[in-house]
Amino acid sequence: MTCDDTVDCGRRRLLVATAAAGGVAGVAVAVPFVASMLPSERAKAAGAPVEVDISKLAPGQMMTVEWRGKPVWIINRTQEQLESLPKIDDQLADPKSEKKMQPDYAKNETRSIKPEILVAVGICTHLGCSPTEKFKTGADSGIAADWPGGFFCPCHGSTFDLAGRVYKSKPAPDNLEIPPHMYLGDAKIVIGEDKKA
Amino acid sequence: MSKVNAILQGTLNWVDERFPLTANWKAHLSEYYAPKNFNFWYFFGSLAMLVLVIQIVTGIFLTMHFKPDASLNASGVPVAFASVEYIMRDVPWGWLIRYMHSTGASAFFLVVYMHMFRGMLYGSYRKPRELIWIFGIIIFLALMAEAFFGYLLPWGQMSFWGAQVIVNLFSAIPLIGPDLSIWLRGDYVVGDATLNRFFAFHVVAVPMVLLGLVAAHIIALHEVGSNNPDGIEIKKKKDANGIPLDGIPFHPYYSVKDIVGVVVFLMVFSIVVFFMPEGGGYFLEYNNFFPADPLVTPPHIAPVWYFTPYYSLLRAVTYPLLGIDAKFWGVIAMGAGTLIFAFLPWLDRSPVKSIRYRGPLTKWLLSIWVVGFFILGFLGTKAPSYAFFGVIPGAPVAQILSVYYFLFFLTMPIWSSLDRCKPEPDRVTMK
Repeated sequence: MTCDDTVDCGRRRLLVATAAAGGVAGVAVAVPFVASMLPSERAKAAGAPVEVDISKLAPGQMMTVEWRGKPVWIINRTQEQLESLPKIDDQLADPKSEKKMQPDYAKNETRSIKPEILVAVGICTHLGCSPTEKFKTGADSGIAADWPGGFFCPCHGSTFDLAGRVYKSKPAPDNLEIPPHMYLGDAKIVIGEDKKA
Repeated sequence: MSKVNAILQGTLNWVDERFPLTANWKAHLSEYYAPKNFNFWYFFGSLAMLVLVIQIVTGIFLTMHFKPDASLNASGVPVAFASVEYIMRDVPWGWLIRYMHSTGASAFFLVVYMHMFRGMLYGSYRKPRELIWIFGIIIFLALMAEAFFGYLLPWGQMSFWGAQVIVNLFSAIPLIGPDLSIWLRGDYVVGDATLNRFFAFHVVAVPMVLLGLVAAHIIALHEVGSNNPDGIEIKKKKDANGIPLDGIPFHPYYSVKDIVGVVVFLMVFSIVVFFMPEGGGYFLEYNNFFPADPLVTPPHIAPVWYFTPYYSLLRAVTYPLLGIDAKFWGVIAMGAGTLIFAFLPWLDRSPVKSIRYRGPLTKWLLSIWVVGFFILGFLGTKAPSYAFFGVIPGAPVAQILSVYYFLFFLTMPIWSSLDRCKPEPDRVTMK
């Protein structure tokens, strides 16, 4: 900017400073509006742990409970199903559960505390659909002739095994999430809390 | 009689001294000179305005009865879902108003797609109409947002899981993604907070943006003047009064012509509203007649037909790149697929505008692109495992067509300048 008879640099500076201050104020006013769209205190408080009685869950059965608005599956796997898990390691994206999709106490071959009981968030790690159970093995499942049982996401075709581990070359990048959970006695699970007593 | 006329003229003068009523009437209607050779394709601009009005009016009346509330009522049905059933069953004529609104959504996209294709056929995006085109693309994006927000409101299974998938797309953005999707939902899952804010966007925010953009679109159009099927400028040949020789006043010539289009459109629209409001499951999807259930995804979910070509682009990307998940690149492909239209004014290097005078190369490449767009749209309604006739797998076809979709645009500067064009006429033709 050149200062001459037509441009009063003092006033020009004042204008720029005023516009800048006004701009800052405008941005500051946007903060409460943008922040008002974040989860409210009530939504944050709604994530309380859920207690589940699994005494009636027979081997081979599955139940779904709601925790934080999401489906959580509890599956009582049969011995046969457990034995199938290590056999398919080479078809999986993360067979050893290296990515942190589970608490440390579930980072094992069965991705669970008790080998037979799987507790997993039933939300596909791709775009958040809930996969459907495909426990029937083989061609009857409609997935593959050597299908050992697991889950199939209807939205984009991701498949998961009976430990919630994702198959290779599928849209979903990660294994299903294992939520924090713990046992209160033999047949009662708390989902959402895992204080090590 | 002359006394009445004098009073009317006096009133008009009184207004004109305070507001440019007559001046605007002339500038935009009675003395806006449009090319005299408009054909069938030129119905869709005014039809888009008609559908906009239908949507706003029916929307206002639906708002009087709809409740954006995801909590369960005494019979265990979400209040929002129940209020839509209430509109359908108990509100006098509610079914008609809702079917007009739901059919209007599909009609809007049909009309806008035709309107955009007209622009592609006749080079209406070329200089000096770049801004008209860009405003139009932004209108198209706003319309997609409007449709997406509106689709959540009935709170059916497709509403819920469609919103779940689309909001989760944003979580694919590196670093900020997960927090961004929580901010959009206002909760950790799609819930009451999401429904309420989508309602606010659908009925207040986006419609206002749309109206502003439509005004900008038309102001820009009336500044530079309309293109025509010959793609030549009528302003180059003017008479002694400065009026284009091939121009005719919009009113009454095109206002009357457009009435014919409106009548035919309303006939088709009424057939759908009264006899096939579900549009064979494409306008109102089967699964949306079930209330939203956050614990169970329907066995097959697909977007409404007008989103399916872009949904196919999204699904076509299955490989991670640069250490970022494939789903992020899918989102990028879908976004780029809509935004790439905005660059047409600069991608097209042809010496002529209209398809009438362009060579075989353009005609072939554009035809293949249109067919590909339809096939992508068809595949987007199907499961990823779909195979044509049970033998030709759909997924690789969608991938090939997605590559073609982008190559068509990206290589346009080359093939559009290579093509063997015919000479343009001096004056518009009346084919």
